[in-house]
Amino acid sequence: MAFSHKHLIDISEYSADDIMLVLELAVKFKEVNERTIKKVPTLKGFTVINMFNEPSTRTRSSFELAEKRLSCDSLNFGGSSTSAVKGESLVDTIETLNSYKVDMVVVRDKHAGVPRLIAKHVDASVIDAGDGKHQHPTQALLDLYSIWERFGRLEGLHVGIVGDIGHSRVCGSLIPALKTMGCTVTVIAPPTLLPARPDVLGADFVSSAIEAVLPELDVVYMLRIQRERLEGAPYPSLREYNLLFGLTRERERLMRPDALVCHPGPINRGVELDSYMADHPQRSVILDQVYAGICTRMAILCLLLGGSDDGLTA
Amino acid sequence: MALLLKNARAIDPACGLDDVCDILIRDGRIVEVGRGLALGKGVARDLAGKIVVPGLVDMHVHLREPGQEQKEDIASGSRAAARGGFTAVCCMPNTTPVIDSAAQVRFVAERAAAVAKCRVHVAGACTQGLKGDTLSEMGDMAAHGAVAFTDDGRGIQSSGMMRLVLDYASMFGKAVMVHCQDEGLVGAGQVNEGVASTRLGLLGWPAEGEELEIARDIALARLTGCPLHIQHITTLRGLDMVRAAKAEGLPVTCEVTPHHLFLTEDDITDDYNTALKVNPPLRTAADAAGLLEGVADGSIDCIASDHAPHAAWEKDCEFEVAAFGMTGLETALALVLTKLVGGGLIDYARMVELMAVNPRRVLRLDPVGIAAGSVADLTVIDPDAAWTVDRCGFASKAANSAFIGMELTGRAHDVYVGGYATMEEGVIVE
Repeated sequence: MAFSHKHLIDISEYSADDIMLVLELAVKFKEVNERTIKKVPTLKGFTVINMFNEPSTRTRSSFELAEKRLSCDSLNFGGSSTSAVKGESLVDTIETLNSYKVDMVVVRDKHAGVPRLIAKHVDASVIDAGDGKHQHPTQALLDLYSIWERFGRLEGLHVGIVGDIGHSRVCGSLIPALKTMGCTVTVIAPPTLLPARPDVLGADFVSSAIEAVLPELDVVYMLRIQRERLEGAPYPSLREYNLLFGLTRERERLMRPDALVCHPGPINRGVELDSYMADHPQRSVILDQVYAGICTRMAILCLLLGGSDDGLTA
Repeated sequence: MALLLKNARAIDPACGLDDVCDILIRDGRIVEVGRGLALGKGVARDLAGKIVVPGLVDMHVHLREPGQEQKEDIASGSRAAARGGFTAVCCMPNTTPVIDSAAQVRFVAERAAAVAKCRVHVAGACTQGLKGDTLSEMGDMAAHGAVAFTDDGRGIQSSGMMRLVLDYASMFGKAVMVHCQDEGLVGAGQVNEGVASTRLGLLGWPAEGEELEIARDIALARLTGCPLHIQHITTLRGLDMVRAAKAEGLPVTCEVTPHHLFLTEDDITDDYNTALKVNPPLRTAADAAGLLEGVADGSIDCIASDHAPHAAWEKDCEFEVAAFGMTGLETALALVLTKLVGGGLIDYARMVELMAVNPRRVLRLDPVGIAAGSVADLTVIDPDAAWTVDRCGFASKAANSAFIGMELTGRAHDVYVGGYATMEEGVIVE
């Protein structure tokens, strides 16, 4: 294996081989997570800082669990305890962290580009756990894992992503990663929720007619719609959004028999998905995605830090 | 005090001069231009191999005084101007407090008289506090030396208010200089909307946010007859509107910055280099190419740096948090010499029009030429000086330049203001 990356910041720096290496290692970690004792000593002695500068429950707990199950020492840094509250600049905070001699910084920030800024100032590896509207590469990895696990392949699949493409860091990583793996990508949204240039992210097709596209899709990836105030909102009401773009029971008849439903969570039931589709026993892989989050994060932590493979083989 | 500048190639398009000759200066004015001039008492300098042009003017700079002296002040900013080859600058009113009264205009003028190394002309605010809702005392400011009016840094959002500004200003015979930015379209935009905004996950600042106000302000210049100067134009379509306005005979002029000519949105990489965060943002390669054409064909009147110094900590942070703007006083001339003159796009005479003749015209300043009787504001250029832009080499307090590390050919060698050297052989004369 030739995995030469120090950071996971920009998913487009990862080749198809790199991504497959993560997914295949994630399979091994899935096996670990099925055990009674779900902990391996792989990263014993490594220190990881989870620097979450904006609220996050899911991504943060997923990383924390992944780190604990790999036996590394982790420290949560951020939220109301951040020095930013006291007026310290991010660069000074980063320099402080660097002086702790940690091995890895996992960072979530509301500003695009912060993981790269951190990487410039620390010796540690950096994982982007979501930066502004830019990227969220571990989300892309866990999405790929969930899709790959069901289909046994990625190449040649047609993935439709529905929703707020323009303000989505998930798309910023998922679309380039899907393209790297040989998928076809269609983005489906009202023009008010599209980025200026979807083609720059790698989208092959753009549509605002979900019913016309559904029959073509192997994967229907629904994005969360922000329940924002309606003044100046990019759609007139949640009701109309649901009417035009919601994945509903009625629309299921347009889907291929084996087509999957993905969602990065948390779901707005009745907006982008109705409960029938969200809980669909054959199609919905939404909870598999959550589980895959632990397994793929264990895999990427392990690959970036280069831990031992103790305990991996039962 | 007499000064004789010998053997330089003197270029002044205003009087059709391009010849190696001597320039005799006495009491701050040029008294004779010719060959083989001699000097009884005084200083003679041999400038063989150098080029002397009418003193350059940077009509768009932020000197940050009063109130933002952590970024720059009149002393440091005017030294940066001298180092860059400028004999005069026009400073913008978005200081703290805003330059929106005669008292503020006088403050800057008096500070400049005490500490500056170039002439400092003041642009007063069009509206009180740059808020865009109440006219400022433009008459009193004009009486105390304001050379133009602008709410630089923001667009005046209300068309009715903009009309009022142009109507009112038209009685003072000064230009209104406009920063075209429609807030409804621009909002919190960070980079050009399109490839850069999508690639970087940043809010877009669309070209239309600039072009709409250019179109509106040209229409209002037609309505009011007030001279209108479009600041830091960045788009091809915006420039075409200026061209059309000129063809119609409207009193419309425009300027472009070196960074909008020589950098594009493609230069902002995954590195999120905050030095490249400027307002208006860097546009597409097609826009930059169109602007270069405008510089060459005369539709762009002036090159101005929009020198926007910031303290290191205001730039060494998240891209979205970083302040907009880059410095330019100390790189503008060398960039123009290297890329435009050196690149064969324009000649020296056109450079002088863009950086000396036209800025004075727009600001309604007395012309300066290389002819007997003119004020001796002169810039001496070493056209062969090869140098590298160095982070530590600035006279400005700030180093937020995206051109650091760039190798350039040509720079200012000496600068004379009213016959006195402000810089000699690259060193500020204190």
